[in-house]
Amino acid sequence: MNDLILKINNLSMDFGGVRALNRLDLDIKNGEIVALIGPNGAGKTTFFNCLTGIYTPTEGDILLYSSDSLEGISIKGLKPNKITEKGLARTFQNIRLFPQMTVLENVMIGRHCRTKSYIFGAIFKNTANRKEEKETVDISYSILEKVGLADSVNEFAKNLPYGAQRRLEIARALATEPNLLLLDEPAAGMNPQETIGLVELIKEIAYDGLSILLIEHDMKLVMSLSHRIFVMDYGKKIAQGSPEEIRINPAVIKAYLGE
Amino acid sequence: MTMATSFIKEINRSFLISLWFVFLTFPIMVIKVDSIEKTIQWRWWNMLYVALASFILSLLARWIKIWKQTRASTNDEDHGLGLEALIHSIIDDPRKRNVLALVVLAFALVFPFSFSSYQTVIMITALMYVVLGLGLNIVVGLAGLLDLGYVAFYAVGAYTYALLNYNFHIGFWVALPIGGLLAASFGILLGFPVLRLRGDYLAIVTLGFGEIIRLILENWGKFSHGPSGISNIPRPGLFGIHLSLDNAINYIYYIMIAFVIITIFIVNRLQDSRLGRAWIALREDEIACQAMGIDKRKTKLTAFALGAFWAGIMGVVFAAKETFINPASFTFLESAIILSIVVLGGMGSIIGVILGALVLILMPEYLRFLSQYRMFAFGAILVLMMVFRPQGLIANVRRTYKFEKKEEKRV
Amino acid sequence: MNYFVELFFSGLTRGSIYALIALGYTMVYGIIGLINFAHGEIYMIGAFTAFIVASVLSIYGFPLLAIVILSGFAAAVWASAYGYTVEKLAYKPLRNASRLSPLISAIGMSILLQNYVLLAQTSDFLAFPQLIPDFPFMDRYADVLGSSDLVILVTTAIAMIVLTILIKYTRIGKAMRATAQDTTMAMLVGINVNRIISITFIIGSALAAIGGLLIASHIGQINFYIGFIAGIKAFTAAVLGGIGSIPGAVLGSFVLGLTESFATGYVSSDYEDVFAFSLLVLILIFKPSGLLGKSETKKV
Repeated sequence: MNDLILKINNLSMDFGGVRALNRLDLDIKNGEIVALIGPNGAGKTTFFNCLTGIYTPTEGDILLYSSDSLEGISIKGLKPNKITEKGLARTFQNIRLFPQMTVLENVMIGRHCRTKSYIFGAIFKNTANRKEEKETVDISYSILEKVGLADSVNEFAKNLPYGAQRRLEIARALATEPNLLLLDEPAAGMNPQETIGLVELIKEIAYDGLSILLIEHDMKLVMSLSHRIFVMDYGKKIAQGSPEEIRINPAVIKAYLGE
Repeated sequence: MTMATSFIKEINRSFLISLWFVFLTFPIMVIKVDSIEKTIQWRWWNMLYVALASFILSLLARWIKIWKQTRASTNDEDHGLGLEALIHSIIDDPRKRNVLALVVLAFALVFPFSFSSYQTVIMITALMYVVLGLGLNIVVGLAGLLDLGYVAFYAVGAYTYALLNYNFHIGFWVALPIGGLLAASFGILLGFPVLRLRGDYLAIVTLGFGEIIRLILENWGKFSHGPSGISNIPRPGLFGIHLSLDNAINYIYYIMIAFVIITIFIVNRLQDSRLGRAWIALREDEIACQAMGIDKRKTKLTAFALGAFWAGIMGVVFAAKETFINPASFTFLESAIILSIVVLGGMGSIIGVILGALVLILMPEYLRFLSQYRMFAFGAILVLMMVFRPQGLIANVRRTYKFEKKEEKRV
Repeated sequence: MNYFVELFFSGLTRGSIYALIALGYTMVYGIIGLINFAHGEIYMIGAFTAFIVASVLSIYGFPLLAIVILSGFAAAVWASAYGYTVEKLAYKPLRNASRLSPLISAIGMSILLQNYVLLAQTSDFLAFPQLIPDFPFMDRYADVLGSSDLVILVTTAIAMIVLTILIKYTRIGKAMRATAQDTTMAMLVGINVNRIISITFIIGSALAAIGGLLIASHIGQINFYIGFIAGIKAFTAAVLGGIGSIPGAVLGSFVLGLTESFATGYVSSDYEDVFAFSLLVLILIFKPSGLLGKSETKKV
């Protein structure tokens, strides 16, 4: 079993003249829950976008490890779908579900990169195809049960209440069988009760062995969930450590409260 | 406001509108110049016609709008003409669906024997547009790629058969798959440069491709025989038996019935598959779809290729049916008509596309009595359809995956 | 060398006409996101209106200058009226519909207008009077630049300047830019968005009508179908330059006009349209949002 799941070296991202990410170093150990916090504009979502292939970083490297080998694969500059195939999945800050598809169908999309039936299978529905489709449905349904959405299985995604939509996004990402799950502000807009449910859910999926990197502003959630916290500001890492260490870190306090 | 005052308001409004239209159409409708004879014809009566027509139509439009509004406020959802609810009830019930399908099939099978040969030819045309509509539906309706140059693949298929036949005496049945596959290759070829383009840029480039193909066919005379086209293209053969004209037409009709059935079957299967879901995800949100592991390029190219394949097959049939083709049959107007069929049908719904094709193709044929006003009426119909029913005849009729929980074993 | 110069000016002339039409496309697209397929027909109607008015006036013996001014004025007025009406009838009701419905409606309008003119007038090619006389001072340049070309270039330049002033310095221009950037916000700050949209259509139509008048006089004939090809080319030019961008439309038009001119002059005249579209495809492959279009950084 590998110790590390993700290693970021010297990552920088420039947009024209603006340096959005400045020589970031970060690592995540297998099975950890790591939180990425920082004031608005610190570059957290830009960082996620670099990890998931939406942007190609100007400098630095991103290494993703799997359980098979000790070598990390560089995923820098790969297309987003390839990165997901390699085991890194994400949710979005502004929920990006497929609104005209049902809850089940949304999760089934997540299974796409783990299945292979194509034109021939679709048209002729041979045994291999049928088996794969049944598996897709079964696995998707069980994931929905785990996140607590099994009752809305045939609803259109756009009709779900907000909190349920966030959980659906997580379910969809889980369907891709990731080793590392990136959650972009999963609790944004949730009321306290929904947030508690979310914390339970995240704890459960981490317990199953999944590593998690999350961006969050809800400090209670961050403190109660994370094993480690990375703090960013102006595209740079300004602190890292356990929740207790971060809570009293003067650089962090300054970044948030100003001076 | 009382009924009377609002009525007078409406009359007033329509009166002003008709004045506007008289002004608007004055130069073109009233004045006709003969620059050779140096005379002017003043057609004053046209002013009256325009005034009356616009007055009446504006009142009519107003009342329809009011009618729609009152219906919408009393219903929760816009059930349109009640048609949508009816269609839903039929589609969702497999028994009703099968009964309907059998009825339609029976009617279709006996059609050539109950109607004249002329009517059969019209039906063949309608059926061809059904298949073309279903093919384009894959690209536009399912995958959400706005293709305005679909006619190019149609042309590839037709010219494949015509040229293979002219140069190598290749028959219909052999040319059929070749035409389809060649068109599919063109689909991939077209797809590559447009992979990165979004929405409207994609539209104009595909339109450009359609025009490029037509222009090449028109100008590269040595290859395509230019504007004069290729004639004497043989109809489909039946084991070498010589068929009379009527029988040959019926033969093509039944071939088309078979094609429609096969196409509906295949498109249905594709929609409900891993690939179909990938297309819909692509249409809904390209970025999220990629993030979920779907290869955007492969998915788009497959959509283009499959859509083009059908157009190519229909092109071969077209050449065989008309026995003569030239570049003038493959204009942008064709692409526009096929696109209108998909949009009118409600984008992505198979039944909708079929209905759309039947409406848009059969209607002008039966409006032939309007003779030279046909195209004008066609344009007007397109506008009216969209203004009064922008979501298409049958919206939201995609059969989603309905999950049924297995019953627990009763204890 | 002479040939090159001749082709160069010929390309500029073409580009000018495309520009006058392309501006209408790009402004409408910038403000409501619609490809106004019927715009080419507005250009055609402008040409026809100019023809009709000019013919009537010349039969009644008006002097040439009066004919030019009045028919130009008439073309602009009526084309604007048509543009305004088309928007109210076929596009306004569809503002909240999906992208495709207004597109089909536009295509329907295009077909309708073409056939309207065909039915109300004629399918023949009508000889358009040469409204721009040969200026004696242009005789020296006759083999590279005709009087008509000169007038087209000058008129287009004037139109560009006036439009730029309008957009940059007037209140209406500001309102137009605001509406193009964010329609909802524009409404919230009190801009009458419907009026601005109508004004956009009117300006675009007037420009296209002038273009129609100029090219009709230049070429010498009109026909109900001229809107289609000119429309497609002009739209291609607008996309080439980056749809929604006014300077882009102008740049794209001149690039297209010059390319066509040089390609047909040096390579082959049959494939003129093929060159135009191939150019478009090439540019969009390397710069998917057009020459001056903003490459949209994805907001995730």
